[in-house]
Amino acid sequence: MPVGGQGIARTWQRRARSRQFAIWFGWLAGTALFVYCWQLISETTIWAFFWDSPRVAADIFSRMMPPRWTYIEVIWQPLWDTINIATLGTALAIVLAVPVAFLAARNTTPSATFVRPIALLIIVSSRSINSLIWALLLVSIIGPGIFAGVIAIGLRSIGFIAKLLYEAIEEIDDSQVEAVTATGASRSQIIGYGIVPQILPAFAGISVFRWDINIRESTVLGLVGAGGIGLQLQASLNILAWPQVTLILIAIFATVIVSEWVSAKVRHAII
Amino acid sequence: MLRLEKLVKRYPTGDEALRGIDLEVPAGQVMALIGPSGAGKSTLIRCINRLVEPSSGRVLLGQEELTSLGAGALRRARRRMGMIFQEYALVERLSVMENVLSGQLGYVGFWKSWLRRFPQSAIDEAFRLLERVGLDTMVDKRADELSGGQRQRVGIARALIQDPEILLVDEPTASLDPKTSRQIMRLICELCEERGLAAIINIHDVALAQMFVQRVVGLQLGKIVYDGPPDGLSAEALTEIYGEEDWSATIRKVEDEETEPPADEDTTSPLPDRERLAGIT
Repeated sequence: MPVGGQGIARTWQRRARSRQFAIWFGWLAGTALFVYCWQLISETTIWAFFWDSPRVAADIFSRMMPPRWTYIEVIWQPLWDTINIATLGTALAIVLAVPVAFLAARNTTPSATFVRPIALLIIVSSRSINSLIWALLLVSIIGPGIFAGVIAIGLRSIGFIAKLLYEAIEEIDDSQVEAVTATGASRSQIIGYGIVPQILPAFAGISVFRWDINIRESTVLGLVGAGGIGLQLQASLNILAWPQVTLILIAIFATVIVSEWVSAKVRHAII
Repeated sequence: MLRLEKLVKRYPTGDEALRGIDLEVPAGQVMALIGPSGAGKSTLIRCINRLVEPSSGRVLLGQEELTSLGAGALRRARRRMGMIFQEYALVERLSVMENVLSGQLGYVGFWKSWLRRFPQSAIDEAFRLLERVGLDTMVDKRADELSGGQRQRVGIARALIQDPEILLVDEPTASLDPKTSRQIMRLICELCEERGLAAIINIHDVALAQMFVQRVVGLQLGKIVYDGPPDGLSAEALTEIYGEEDWSATIRKVEDEETEPPADEDTTSPLPDRERLAGIT
């Protein structure tokens, strides 16, 4: 760090002057860009709609109240479907993601030059496509219904689980692996004794966390025809049956709360 | 029984950790390997069971040349060499019994070990060993619930259940307090005598080494600079191994064994250097 001055009165600054100036200029450029974007957005906004929005929102809200409680008879089944889509999709993803994670982790991959890039490509392509888009594709490929939803959730979750798991594998304590190796263990035994016990808490946490996310994602899959509560939501929206929409939103809210509670409990118990 | 011939280890960074080591350890001899940090002690014992691949030279265990073995034969050869580690290197989330039985991994197949179906003879031996090291009441405890001394005892039992011919011991006491250090060293040396095992013990604490071993080898910058009996470690010999220092305190302790040795200089025990141990996993 720059130290200046002479004799006893030596000065010290955190950064050199040129560096300080560069940082200041960076902030200036960022602020200018923000103001410019703000102006662009403002020009393309139709302000009549904007000023009208509180009245419209109040209108819709008044139509939504009270919820149509009797409609609950109809949504039990789709709600159960939604939970199943999330659970089966997560299970599918776990089965496929574990091998991918071991192939992607630097310290367990059989070949860092050939296999690892392929595993990373699988992870990236799975993660880069939202489950709603996966569902859209799969509904046109394998037809509408719950099965398309399960596959969509599964494909989207592979990347998430595999990425977090391979990072956990790369962070293990090498000395435990070394000790197991020194006993004359085979490669698979080294994984079974040296690595698996170390990543088990991370694995359980990641899986439950993803299941919790998937419950929320599977509630919207029905919007594109992939089964579950979303199908009912869209049907109600189409016929402007606002009290039904309210009930569905309440049901989704309750399900998500329960799933978060379960996942927090499970993670707490394991870690 | 164990013979090293012109053993050289050069790391990819260009550091020469071992510069042509010639060493012979007869059956049943307990040998201490001393030397300053970075002298190549850890590398030397890891080159023997090839956790670190030597660059050149030969390692012979009995008649078998370890340096030329393929993967399968190397695994079988590793069963004959038990290893004990500085930071114990137990599998933290497994129980004491599972850790001890992991010493049998070289003898059982994958599925048997995965399902924890070890042969009854191995389980009997594990109970015997745990009793011998004084942990028979801890069988079902998880390894991370134990104290340092107890963990190292599990590490010793794990090495012995391999039924090895030689023990490779890497700084067994560097993370322990002085009293536990003595107990652990005594236990290792007693067990070697009971079973007629040879051992190479890397150790920082010269006084502790002198108390228990029959032979001391001093390593400095990858070369052997001292090889002789423990009481032959004069001030000149220590200066050659470690560099200039007032050695009177270290030497006096040999004559007066009842004095408690001072805390090891290296009790902070840095984790194994990842760079130096690269290529192990």
